[in-house]
Amino acid sequence: MINTIIHLVLLLTMPPLLLGVINKTKAFVAGRQGPPVLQVYFDIAKLLRKGMVISTTTTWVFVAAPVITLVTVIVAGLLVPMGPFHAPITFAGDMILFAYLLGLGRFFTTTAALDTGSAFEGMGAAREATFACLSEPAIFFALLVLACISRSLSLDGMLHGPLTAVLPGVAAPLVLIAIGLFVVLLAETCRIPVDDPNTHLELTMIHEVMVLDHSGPLLGVILYGASIKLFVLGSILLHVILPVQAGQPVWDWALFVAEMLGLSVAIGIVESVMARLQMRHVPYLLIAAVLFCGFGFILLATVGK
Amino acid sequence: MSPLKLILLASALLGASGIPALFGKRRSPVGQQLAVVLLLVGSGMGLYGVARALVSPAPVTMELAWLLPVGAFSVAVDAVSAIFLVPVFVLPALGAIYGLGYWPQRQHPGNGRKLSFAYGVLAGAMALVTVARDGILFLIAWEVMAVAAFFVATTEDREPAVRRAGWIYLVATHVGTLCLIALFALWQRTTGSFAWSPLSPAMAGQQPGGVTALFLLALVGFGFKAGIMPLHVWLPGAHANAPSHVSAVMSGVMLKMGIYGIVRVAGWLPVGPAWWGGLLLGVGALTAVLGILFANAQRDIKRLLAYSSIENIGIMILGIGLAVLGRTVGRADLVWLGLAGCLLHVWNHALFKGLLFFAAGAVVHETGTRDIEQMGGLARRMPRTAAVFLLGVVAISALPPLNGFVSEWLLYMGFFRSLSPVDGSIWHLTGFGAVALALTGALAAVCFCKVHGAVFLGAARSEAASDGHDPDFRLAGPMAVLAGGCVLVGFLPICVMPILDGAVQSWTGAPVAGVVAWREIAPLGWIPWLAAFLVIAVAGIVGFLIPAVCGATPRRTGTWDCGYARPTARMQYTGSSFGQSVTEIFAWVLWPRAHRPRIQALFPRVRGFEQSVPDVMLDRLATPVFQFAERILMRLRFLQQGRIQVYVVYFLAAVLTLLLLGAWLQS
Repeated sequence: MINTIIHLVLLLTMPPLLLGVINKTKAFVAGRQGPPVLQVYFDIAKLLRKGMVISTTTTWVFVAAPVITLVTVIVAGLLVPMGPFHAPITFAGDMILFAYLLGLGRFFTTTAALDTGSAFEGMGAAREATFACLSEPAIFFALLVLACISRSLSLDGMLHGPLTAVLPGVAAPLVLIAIGLFVVLLAETCRIPVDDPNTHLELTMIHEVMVLDHSGPLLGVILYGASIKLFVLGSILLHVILPVQAGQPVWDWALFVAEMLGLSVAIGIVESVMARLQMRHVPYLLIAAVLFCGFGFILLATVGK
Repeated sequence: MSPLKLILLASALLGASGIPALFGKRRSPVGQQLAVVLLLVGSGMGLYGVARALVSPAPVTMELAWLLPVGAFSVAVDAVSAIFLVPVFVLPALGAIYGLGYWPQRQHPGNGRKLSFAYGVLAGAMALVTVARDGILFLIAWEVMAVAAFFVATTEDREPAVRRAGWIYLVATHVGTLCLIALFALWQRTTGSFAWSPLSPAMAGQQPGGVTALFLLALVGFGFKAGIMPLHVWLPGAHANAPSHVSAVMSGVMLKMGIYGIVRVAGWLPVGPAWWGGLLLGVGALTAVLGILFANAQRDIKRLLAYSSIENIGIMILGIGLAVLGRTVGRADLVWLGLAGCLLHVWNHALFKGLLFFAAGAVVHETGTRDIEQMGGLARRMPRTAAVFLLGVVAISALPPLNGFVSEWLLYMGFFRSLSPVDGSIWHLTGFGAVALALTGALAAVCFCKVHGAVFLGAARSEAASDGHDPDFRLAGPMAVLAGGCVLVGFLPICVMPILDGAVQSWTGAPVAGVVAWREIAPLGWIPWLAAFLVIAVAGIVGFLIPAVCGATPRRTGTWDCGYARPTARMQYTGSSFGQSVTEIFAWVLWPRAHRPRIQALFPRVRGFEQSVPDVMLDRLATPVFQFAERILMRLRFLQQGRIQVYVVYFLAAVLTLLLLGAWLQS
């Protein structure tokens, strides 16, 4: 019970901190001081108090979509276990619900972008939807590998598989899907090298350009939802790359938070040392992620028997 | 009255529903109204029969006396038939109500009566196909269905495009029927009778190769009707050019007759080798992925929906493949999940594809075009149509909490369970089925986001789309019913599970080895709660929380086009551009045909760019084959003299030859 409450509290309050840590890391590498670590909280609080400007072209979808996206990522976050603890909601087959909840959120984000009737937003929506076609197979290959390793059919059991796995042949597939999932994480949360969250050149953006017309509380909701998505996908990745546990619940939670902050620093470093890919090269990166995950699956199928 | 008699009577009522209209006046609406009443009465009766057949434990069988030497006709209804009968009794009746507003006799005096008649015959024949239990009756019903579908699909036979589509359909369906005739002939040789019932291993044991031939003939013969790749060539044209309610019935119900045949044969043949399931999985994955890729590249809204039907047929074939494979290796859980997923998808596809075709028809009716690039912004003028279309689009993209998600979830569960060994063996190849399904789902989201966005959102792209209004109850009523079905199955999937369970248990005609409890392998208990939470949370935040925290009332102004002062509707991102990035990635399978102008000077004059994605299988495979056949067969043209005496001589010669051949074989 207490762990479920901690799960909920972390899920709802910690995500904006990750964005702050990423920005601080990037500023540190660039030799700047950067915004405060808590800046994203201030931004969200400020946006929630502001008024909204809504385009006359839009329909109710434009207002509902950011909220749908937020609710879907929160529900998806309830299915993902943090550290060695169990997820609040878990049942056989919930990994499919997880993937499709993210799909539902994405569907409405892109639909809201088309709702404005702007060429820029349509462009961003097309890119987002297209890149999802490549990241989705990668996610499912990774899920198949985890299902094979853990012999489980729920996200909770699958993600705890690497922790308990004793089979010798699972290390290589896990490394491969960790690489694939990291690329998917960067693509899905719109980080460099796929997308640049800081750019203001609309033609080259993906996520930021889709939400150009959202303002005030709706923009706050989008910002908050995006950070939760990063948090949720990050906690999945942590299970694969760092299947360790401290033993004591207190230390396990501390370890989880530390790992999460470490992951944010890693993303910040990737963003600092890499340039954004050319838009036409992004599919190659994602296909590489599919191949990594798929190869991990084939390797497990042939070697892990 | 027994359930079977009710269903047969319903089938007769459906079949005869268009006859009164034939005697009516050209502009009199009475015939069409009478047809709707007959269809409604027949469908109500049929549904009552189906419900009773579902609760009765044993399958009901009946023999109908027949004078021909082939013996009595036999009909029966079991749970599998009942599952396929439900769409037959729901969609045509709703379509007829829709037709009152969409294709009124008064406005279509030339072809309205023909449409009413053939439409009823099509519905009645489909009901008969699902209950027929001998080869001859099945083939008769099948052929009546195929020909009736030709006449409804070519309602507007004055248009050259309609005639061409109808011609291709007629050829394709008869090539399929040819395979089915061979199938039933071979079936008769194997079993010694035309009775269409489970084939016992003892009978099949005499001819081991024969069973494989039966399986392959069924896959090809029924595959033509279902539209599996590459046998789908007739499908997009026929669906696009038919009136919308006919497209809905053809796509939502008639294609499923092909699925029905494959499900039947797969269940009634003895347990086959593993490659049967593998072949079905491969064909299903290919059909699903290619179908949705081609759908995404279309700009004709009805052609797009037709290609998406091919995708959904692929998903159903994936389910059958999983069930067949599960049967081969003796895994009852895989049989259950694969078959239940397939059968539920049959219902689901009838619900959301019917809904989408009805809504698309309403849009085509208001705008007068099928080209999505001419539409835009219709949500403001047709808000209710836009809302149900959005619901259908979410459902068909298999997104929670609607019905498409439930059936695909069952299939995913099957694929994931196939990884966990019960008997020690792991076959990882089936895992690729889950990936194919994931790819299909993501591509479907692109495709349907595009079509919904291009048609209903943004600003009107043409004069035609700048007015229009929501249709009246005749068009809206059927859409509301189907939308309600999508929501019901999506939110309360538990309701339909017992029905699916009954169908799976009666699939092979014998109890499945190692019966599984569906509650254990398909734990759907969380779905209603999560679905309700999603809806309540979204409604709560949008309705209360945002207005409460928001500092001021929202200000409304034009879309911020990055500072550009004079945006026009033509500057919007088009549906084709939206789908273009996917088309580019998959250009190696789609072979788009593009005409790219060369830009030479610094300030080039007006240049045109065009790109289209024609059907590769039709243009590069079917057409060359048939042209080659035509060249060869032209040499036999002298046989066609056009005089009846000559044909009588041909008959005589054929009968004599057969007699001599028979005598020679006997001796």
